[in-house]
Parts: sequence; C-alpha cells; structure tokens
Amino acid sequence: MKQYISVTARFDCDGNLLPITIHWDDGRSFEIDRILDIRYAASLKAGGAGIRYACRIGNQQRYLFLEDNRWFVEGKDTA
Amino acid sequence: MRVILHSDCNGFFASVECLYNPEIRQKPVAVCGDADKRHGIILAKNEIAKKYNIKTGEAIWQAKQKCPELVVADAHYDRYLRFSKMAGRIYSDYTDMIEPFGLDESWLDITANVENFEQGYQIADEIRRRVKYELGITVSIGVSFNKIFAKLGSDYKKPDAVTLITPENYKDIVFPLPSEDLLGVGRATKKRLKTLGINTIGDIANAPREILRSQLGKFGDTLYSFANGYDSSPVKKIGYTSLPKSIGNSTTPSKDMENFEDAKIVLSVLCDSVCRRAREQNLVASTVSINIRDKDLYIINRQEKLSRHTNLTSEITAATLKLLDINYDWRKPIRSIGVTLSDFVPGNTSAQTSIFVDEHKREKLEKLDHSLDGLKARFGSFCVRPANTLRDKELSGFSPKEENIVHPVGYFS
Repeated sequence: MKQYISVTARFDCDGNLLPITIHWDDGRSFEIDRILDIRYAASLKAGGAGIRYACRIGNQQRYLFLEDNRWFVEGKDTA
Repeated sequence: MRVILHSDCNGFFASVECLYNPEIRQKPVAVCGDADKRHGIILAKNEIAKKYNIKTGEAIWQAKQKCPELVVADAHYDRYLRFSKMAGRIYSDYTDMIEPFGLDESWLDITANVENFEQGYQIADEIRRRVKYELGITVSIGVSFNKIFAKLGSDYKKPDAVTLITPENYKDIVFPLPSEDLLGVGRATKKRLKTLGINTIGDIANAPREILRSQLGKFGDTLYSFANGYDSSPVKKIGYTSLPKSIGNSTTPSKDMENFEDAKIVLSVLCDSVCRRAREQNLVASTVSINIRDKDLYIINRQEKLSRHTNLTSEITAATLKLLDINYDWRKPIRSIGVTLSDFVPGNTSAQTSIFVDEHKREKLEKLDHSLDGLKARFGSFCVRPANTLRDKELSGFSPKEENIVHPVGYFS
C-alpha cells in the first residue's frame, strides 16, 4: 500500500536533500536518526519509483521514497 | 568494430501501470485511450494479455471478446515521460551517444567504453538489472555491431533479457528470422518479397542484389545491407534533434462534426496548435495538408502548396478551411480531422514579398501571434481563443499543444 506522508527535509549547501522528520496523518512525528543508504529504486510493494532513503527511526529501519516531489512509505498491510 | 545496444522497455505503458497498481499485476492488463472521448484502442498490453493474442491498435471491445477478464487501464503520459527520462538517466551513465526511438526504445553506442562484445554484454546486463531495480519495469537489450542487428536482438528474447549478436553468430540468429522482423519490412514489402520466394532475413541477405533493386528500387539496396549487417548509420548524440519533417495535430472529438461550422471550430484549435509549435521552433512551412476521416472511417488526405512560407495562424487556418471546403461534400459526418504543416525553412529566411499582399498588415499579424503565444504560454491555451470555439465546447475543449507527444518518425525519414 502506498502511503503519502509529509516530511520535514533540509537542503544542505551541496544541494543534497535529506529528510529529517516524518509526520503521520494522526499527528505523530518521528525523527530520522540516521540515513543508511540513498539510491534510485522502485517500490514494488507500494507501486512507484524514485529516490529511496533507507532510514533508521528508533530501532526500526524504514524505506522512505521521494517520487517527483512527494514522499511516500510502503504501508504495512500490503496487497 | 562498434558495440551498439538497443534497449526496449517491454510493454512499456502496461508495465508502468502494473507497477503503480500492484493489485492488477497478476491479471491481463491493457492500457487504452480514453473510451469516453472515443479514443478507446489498445496502446499496450502486459505479458499475460499477450497470451490472449491481444494486439496493439485494436478496439477495447475486440480485445474484451478475446479476453473478457481483461483489465483496462487508463494511459498516464506524464508517468511514461518520467520513466522514459529515468531510463535515459541510467543509459547516460554508460555513454553520451543515446538515440531515443519513441519513449520506450533507445540505441546506445558504447564502443568507447568496451574492448569486446563480452564487455558489451556485461554492460547491457548491468543496465537490464538496474532498470529493473530502479524503475521496477523490465527491458530487453540487443548487443551487436550495428543498429539494425541490435534492434533485432532486443526483440529476440523478451522480457528482461539480453541477446548478443556478433559477426560470428549473426548468421545463426538473424538469418532464420522471418523477413518482417527486419526494420523497414512492413506488410506490403513482406508480400512482395514472398512472391520472390524470400521469406526470411537470410533469404534477403542471400538474394541477388539486382533482383531486390528491380523489385523494390533503392529500398532493395537498403534491405540488402540491413540483412547482411552492413548498416553503418551512427547513433546520435544526446540532445541531438533534427529539423522536423512535419508538424501536425489531429483529433477525434467526443462527437462527430456534422457541418462546415463544426469542422471550423475544431480546425481553429488544431491550426492554433500546429502554428504555435512551428513558431516555437522558428519554422515556416510552405505546405498545408488536412486529413479527414468520415464516420465510416474512410480517409481522405488533401494538401496545398502555399504561395509563400508562413506560420501565421490566420493564413494557415484560411488555407485549411479552403482545403476542406473544396474537398468535402458533407454527405457523411466527420469523425476525425488533422492538420499538418511541412516543407519547412527557418523563420528568418528572406522571402520575396508580394505586391498583392499588404506586408504592413502581415507584420502586424506576426506581432499579434507573438503576443498571443506569450499569453498562452503563461496562462494556458484557453486564455485567448477565437469566439467561434466558444459555441461548442465539446468540439473545442481540447488542447493539442499541451497534450502533444512527439512520436518517433520512421527510421528512414
């Protein structure tokens, strides 16, 4: 399932775009502790393709995708 | 010897739609034009739909007869453009000699990057893997020493495969293929070749050249060299665009055009689009043609040579209306209509003025078109429009310029 979410991100002075915090619809926000990997990738689960950020949030690892200018995550209940 | 790849996205439109809709991936899927706007034909299909013998170009109802459970997906051209660019980004990691052929195919010349075909094969395989991983769709790639065989290679094994055609093995791979697999051999040529007892590409390669030439003219020579692997046409560099041969738009409105006034509305919109596109590229045309398809799908094409080169909307519109008026008797309503400009020269070419034309007025018209172009670029095609197009929005409510996609021209043009 494709879940679009809002994200606070920062451009650094080299022009790199890095996500900092993700915000869920229900009002909760999570800080991204560390970005482990950035690469172009498709998400077969959610259905889309773009830049994939592998993020550590707490003790979990989640993929965060930037597709055009929208961010999405792969929902847990997949088809 | 050159190392050339031809990469072909398998069932491109359908693959992209399947990526975006996980729930339809295991079903037969066809991407279609908008049926409500009567553009309901099959544009692409996935591998499962292929098994039902569904063909590109047939009507949705025909396809549904063959496969009642067929999933019909709407086309999203913005997505296809984006995926086409993303594929191009991957290709550009290996070479700057990339020649696209439509949205879903490209030739790559990687000669400078490799020492032999084995390395060419490895690069092709890496591209194949990367496209699958990064885009979520599959490509098939042909690796060979000319563009024609590379294209044959990408057709040879698909989806998600690489085929190597070298000077050593080309006779085994290429020669048994049917003649119509060769680029340029269509239905008509195939038929003519058949009467000569030529059925495979190998037959073409081994046929006496004089016979091919006597039957097909100059094109016979071309086919002969294609079949033997003598093609030496270069892969163009990124960003290379040749002068267009023609600029045209056509449309099938959501209802038929019943009379001259109806057609006039549609032609105003089409002429506005083609003229703006010509002005954008600073080209002036000397030939205007219209094509008309009546409700029984009978097609007529008519063209007129203009007395001077132009891209003025008013002059082109007047010429098309004249063509329509002379050539159509309105015994049947018109289903679709198109306008094409051709025989271009650059807009700043000096031209002989005419004593019968008010040049001062022409200059004013040029300025008017220029101002209107500026407005439409900023506020959209509908911001300023001829009053007659407001009479029937069903006929005029489309914007060919924004919706225009440049399709590949033939390999030979």
